[in-house]
Amino acid sequence: MIRLDGVGQVFDGREGQVTALEKIDLHVRGGEFVTLIGRSGCGKSTLLRLIAGLLPPTSGAVQVAGKPVTGPRRDVSFMFQRPALLPWRSVLSNVLLPVEIDKGDRNKAEYKERAHQLLELVGLQGFERRLPHELSGGMQQRVSLCRSLIRDPQVMLMDEPFSALDALTRTELSEELQRIKMELSTTIVFVTHSIEEAVVLADRVVVLTPRPGRMREVVDIDIPRPRSLGQNAHLTEVAAISGRLHALLSEKEPVDEVRPR
Amino acid sequence: MSRRTMPKRTWLTDSPVAAVLLPIVGLAVAIGLWWGATIAFSIEPYLLPSPWDVVVKFFDQPAYLLQETGTSMLETVEGFGLAIVIGVPIALVIVRSVVLERLVYPLLLMVNSIPKVAIAPLLVIWMGFGQWPKVVMVLLMCFFPIVISTAQGMKSTPTELVELMRSLNASRAQEFFKLRLRYAMPQIFTGFKVAISLAVIGSVISEFVGATKGLGYVIQQSGASADTTLAFAAITLLSVMSIVLFYALVLLEHWLLPWAQEKR
Repeated sequence: MIRLDGVGQVFDGREGQVTALEKIDLHVRGGEFVTLIGRSGCGKSTLLRLIAGLLPPTSGAVQVAGKPVTGPRRDVSFMFQRPALLPWRSVLSNVLLPVEIDKGDRNKAEYKERAHQLLELVGLQGFERRLPHELSGGMQQRVSLCRSLIRDPQVMLMDEPFSALDALTRTELSEELQRIKMELSTTIVFVTHSIEEAVVLADRVVVLTPRPGRMREVVDIDIPRPRSLGQNAHLTEVAAISGRLHALLSEKEPVDEVRPR
Repeated sequence: MSRRTMPKRTWLTDSPVAAVLLPIVGLAVAIGLWWGATIAFSIEPYLLPSPWDVVVKFFDQPAYLLQETGTSMLETVEGFGLAIVIGVPIALVIVRSVVLERLVYPLLLMVNSIPKVAIAPLLVIWMGFGQWPKVVMVLLMCFFPIVISTAQGMKSTPTELVELMRSLNASRAQEFFKLRLRYAMPQIFTGFKVAISLAVIGSVISEFVGATKGLGYVIQQSGASADTTLAFAAITLLSVMSIVLFYALVLLEHWLLPWAQEKR
């Protein structure tokens, strides 16, 4: 579904050029849930923006559904760290924004029905006409989630969407996301800096190292779903993998060409 | 939390009745002090008339005074409207182009730094005694705050919202109308509210010079004939007009931008 071949990204910083990403080769299968984890500044958000078509790569090729990415695609949705709701729009009309923006779309009435369904799915039925400032942070992010689901995207890109929420809401939302993921067959790339979140959500975790951002390792997670941070039947597995990821993230990166066996 | 940062909540701070009542009490006390002073120090009416004298003066010739109020009001509203029609588009252009901003902004600053009273006689020379020099004076007074607040509002769009529009493949026009302009509205209204008070001042200044109508003219004439009470009546009408215009804008804002109330 998503293919990155030899992708690199260089920014012009104040003190010369900064290499944000280097030699990224990643293949995400259709319906897969991949989390990108790394310290801040490792280029994980940049990587997400490359896939979204918000940023052209300096080198290498990015493909989504077999086609090179040249700009934002209508079947790829992006979810931000903050809810990014338009404050003057009601909950319903915020969810419908992508449909409204897309001029080519003719069946706008159908989407209204879908929006109600989605809001019900995240427990926001009855809030359709409220304004964003009347909702809690968790509710706002749920609205944002509905907005990114409204056009039934093939790919969802999520940039630390739960990191600004309190721990309980965060757990709730990560469970909801898994539930939604199991119902729809969307491919998800999810950026996070929380090890637990990465393990609980992902089929595969991609560990990135900073400056320049490189793929350190890809870890498969075979723990049965649904997983949870709270009550978890697989606590030991989660703990084991979390420990391994922790080690990978804190380890100094081996110098090039002298990688240990 | 220290006690100083958390004021006590009582009926006086929370009740909507008190919210209306308290300003009236404040006004009544101020008028009472004024009245008391004129009696206690037996001040001559040509120096300082009592509030009652002013009310009587108004009811001597209410039709005339209201007609002059209407004249001033019309000039104020016309000049203010013109300032919006010219100022908002200029601000939008400035925000779009750094080159234009550098080109135009110092000029705007210069024009704004001129004391407006100084050009009132010039406007009469250029435009005669009619309504135009008054409208233009009001325009000059209002123009700057409207441009500044609009430009600032247009620059305040949060980056994540801009990125959202980009990720949805929104066109430039969609980004402008559905996001940037809407987001700037509360700040634009702040500019309007600053400008409307200046607009009233502008109309009075222009009526001091080469005018035959308006409250400014009434004040100027009453000065010539030492009719202080008439001047006070006109001043009172001016301030009432100013307050009415200001609250008309506040109401309009509440009605148009209900979402903006909670953000402040």
